[in-house]
Amino acid sequence: MPPVLELRGITKSFPGVLANDRIDLTLNQGEVLALLGENGAGKTTLMNILYGLYTPDAGEIYLRGSKAEIHGPQDAISLGIGMVHQHFMLVPVFTVTENVMLGSELTKPGGILDRDTVAKRIREISSQFHLNVDPDATIEDLSVGVQQRAEIIKVLYRNADILILDEPTAVLTPQEVEEFFGVIKSLVQQGKSIIFITHKLKEVMAIADRIAVLRHGRLTGLTTPQESTEASLANMMVGRQVLLTAKKEAMDIGEVVMTVNNLDVKDDRHLPAVKDVSFEVRAGEVLGIAGVQGNGQRELIEAVTGLRKVEAGKVTIMGQDTTHASPRGIREVGSAHIPEDRQKDGLVLTFPVAENMVLNTYYESPFTKGMNLRYAEIEKAARERVKSFDVRVPGISVPVSNLSGGNQQKVIVARELSRPIRLLIASQPTRGLDVGSIEYIHGQILKKRDEGCAVLLVSSELDEIVNLSDRIAVMYAGRILDVLPAEKATREKLGLLMAGIQQSDSEQALKAQP
Amino acid sequence: MDKPADKPIEKKKSFWSRLAIREGKIESILLPILSVFTALVVGAFIIPFSDPNVLAAEGFSATLSAAWTSVIAAYSAMFIGAFGDPKAISAAIQTWQATGDTKTLLAAFRPLSESLTIATPYIFAGLGVALGFRGGLFNIGAEGQLFVAGLATAFVGYSVKGLPFIIHMPLAVLAGAAMGALWAAIPGYLKARTGAHEVINTIMMNYIAFRLTDYLLSGPMQRLDGLPITPEVQPTSYLPLLFSSPMRIHWGFIIALALAVLVYWFLWKTPMGLEIRMVGANPNAARYSGIKITLITVLTMAMSGALTGMAGVGQILGVDHKLVRAFSSGYGFDAISLALLGNSHPFGVVLAALLFGFLRGGAARMQSVAGTPVELIRIVQGLVIVFVAAPEIIRTIYRIGVHRKQKSAS
Repeated sequence: MPPVLELRGITKSFPGVLANDRIDLTLNQGEVLALLGENGAGKTTLMNILYGLYTPDAGEIYLRGSKAEIHGPQDAISLGIGMVHQHFMLVPVFTVTENVMLGSELTKPGGILDRDTVAKRIREISSQFHLNVDPDATIEDLSVGVQQRAEIIKVLYRNADILILDEPTAVLTPQEVEEFFGVIKSLVQQGKSIIFITHKLKEVMAIADRIAVLRHGRLTGLTTPQESTEASLANMMVGRQVLLTAKKEAMDIGEVVMTVNNLDVKDDRHLPAVKDVSFEVRAGEVLGIAGVQGNGQRELIEAVTGLRKVEAGKVTIMGQDTTHASPRGIREVGSAHIPEDRQKDGLVLTFPVAENMVLNTYYESPFTKGMNLRYAEIEKAARERVKSFDVRVPGISVPVSNLSGGNQQKVIVARELSRPIRLLIASQPTRGLDVGSIEYIHGQILKKRDEGCAVLLVSSELDEIVNLSDRIAVMYAGRILDVLPAEKATREKLGLLMAGIQQSDSEQALKAQP
Repeated sequence: MDKPADKPIEKKKSFWSRLAIREGKIESILLPILSVFTALVVGAFIIPFSDPNVLAAEGFSATLSAAWTSVIAAYSAMFIGAFGDPKAISAAIQTWQATGDTKTLLAAFRPLSESLTIATPYIFAGLGVALGFRGGLFNIGAEGQLFVAGLATAFVGYSVKGLPFIIHMPLAVLAGAAMGALWAAIPGYLKARTGAHEVINTIMMNYIAFRLTDYLLSGPMQRLDGLPITPEVQPTSYLPLLFSSPMRIHWGFIIALALAVLVYWFLWKTPMGLEIRMVGANPNAARYSGIKITLITVLTMAMSGALTGMAGVGQILGVDHKLVRAFSSGYGFDAISLALLGNSHPFGVVLAALLFGFLRGGAARMQSVAGTPVELIRIVQGLVIVFVAAPEIIRTIYRIGVHRKQKSAS
């Protein structure tokens, strides 16, 4: 039997970049093929070609042995190819049914939407694949995991046999990931074939039947989980040895650098987002705040960095009350902040690298003297920082928008860490970055810790938290449920806490299911 | 894909290349030039329709040749109106060298002087709007700011008497600039404090300014003969002419050019300029970096208003010497187009203002000599703006800039 899908010699170039270079790939009936690669390796380009969003410069696509011409998503859908994007394409105020029918609306005579038939079909699909989605629920009321399953239903409703899942686990808790893997297994058991795009090695090892690794637009490896290890996969992805777990040495914990007492903060809709949160961070330790995105971490960080109003409670940094201080005041106490969203908050994309390197210190000596910005000094500092933080730039006068995500983040890290600081507040410091950049940034954070700096790290990547932290606080629904020393924080314990199950419950739960 | 790594760090750059490179390289210069050219070409297709000779011509070839003649006549009249007649200029220079007679010389250069005089308020107002743009603020209120600034200047100019020039002129100038700043700072404050959109509020402030002008001209500031005009300002407050009559070009032009340099220095060479540009380019990052956005917003509007106000000041003290209701022919509104055309860069604004000055200067002669209505120039101006605002049109016509951004894979 011919493979369900065969790509032969797919080549696609963009000006200056060969995004896909003669890629041959097959997908067999009922298998999970993991497509692994760093950002910019060409995974998404390849999938966009398959989905008809790009036309390849060369190469052919065969479906079940016959050549296919895919000129747009409509062609792809009619050929049974479905794609679940990383960012959900759902209308939050519509029901599941309405979202599913959007774009291929079924109508009764007279042009009235036929929701009932669609809902019935959704129930069938849902029970067939154990998806457990209520067609009448409104999307915004559903958890992220269920929303994702609604996306999958959308694809299955259009009779897709080949499902492309683009970084599907990025937004899920560990437990939700487990559930999601269950869904994938049930899909392949019933004959669906899946391409799973990711850069998370653990997941690949857990779920894939075969693994294709892309690097610089080329297929650099085709293997199976049995034949490979996480380290060997990382080597294939990056093309060199990579340290997967940051090396961390025991540190003497010093004095308290930051104290947060009974902090209350509201979100943009004026609803309580942070509730009665207290913790302290000491010199030479990394306090990690774990939690699924949207549980108040962002508001917490914005509040302690002066970007959001503190409703109640107290923040002390280096012995000074900074509860209501300005971002500049808080920085001048000796803290640095790597913001969660580098493009929104951390950089001015249209400004050159040099100005971004001094984005919050431009007014200080030596960058300003009297009424004048001293560009010679700014450029000198920028050059030094580019060099010592290994930022890959064509020049310091190019706009940062021209840099890759990893290099943009390195600009921020360079800016924040090249000052004498006692406290580093890092929020999602490696989100969306490739393995090489993650390794580098983790190293820099730990280096600061080893120098005796206190580090407050917020991340929704459990691996990152576990790798870097000395103590781990888990945030759920605006509260810190528990703070665990790193050696006692197992993934199971953290996962349960992230799902909102308290310590005492969690211990029972652990005992109940040995 | 890896970015081209570790290229040698750039070399020291010259002033000019720095200037060009800051924004969008050569394209940002080429596009406006081609836009102007294209607008003139399109204008050429419109000119014949206003010419009775063309409309009367019978037969295809006769019509075509009449149309050609008409276009040539209109544009050459416009050229002479804008820059002066090259023959007259060279003749005048010879006369001057031979006899030392400056009269013919002044007459020959008069069209150029007129164009630059018209360009002067454009430069001021364009700079003001551009400064606002850089700070992320859409100052639609330039026209109103120009009016209130004119009122303040005129008042100081005619009511204060007995001061020497060295004090009176600067005082009158400052009064106008301060009034413009105040007028613009109000919507700036409303924006910063309450989030009220500056576009709405500057428009509303325009109406207040217009009606305020009407009121003052029909009462408190009315001149004795009862016409809605202010009394003449004292000669001690005049912005002196650069040459002598009939050349109307005055010191305001030099001040405008100096302010363009000052605005450039301020925006790109001072910490506060960086703050303004940061607030304009990414207010979130500005907040993160510790900038007080409220303060910067109010200051940006105030400075923008001071500059647009200078347009009114220049007209009162340099040209009209009194305030008439119609003393501004929409400079404040054209300034928005100018800022756009000049890419919100002070030097770009100067070039755009000169262009508008030449077009308007040439238009008068075009109408009187070639009979082409001045409105044609309005059309050309409009087309220039359309082409600059929608650069894809120009790119498509001239097939330039297959300069798509490198799309990175994944």
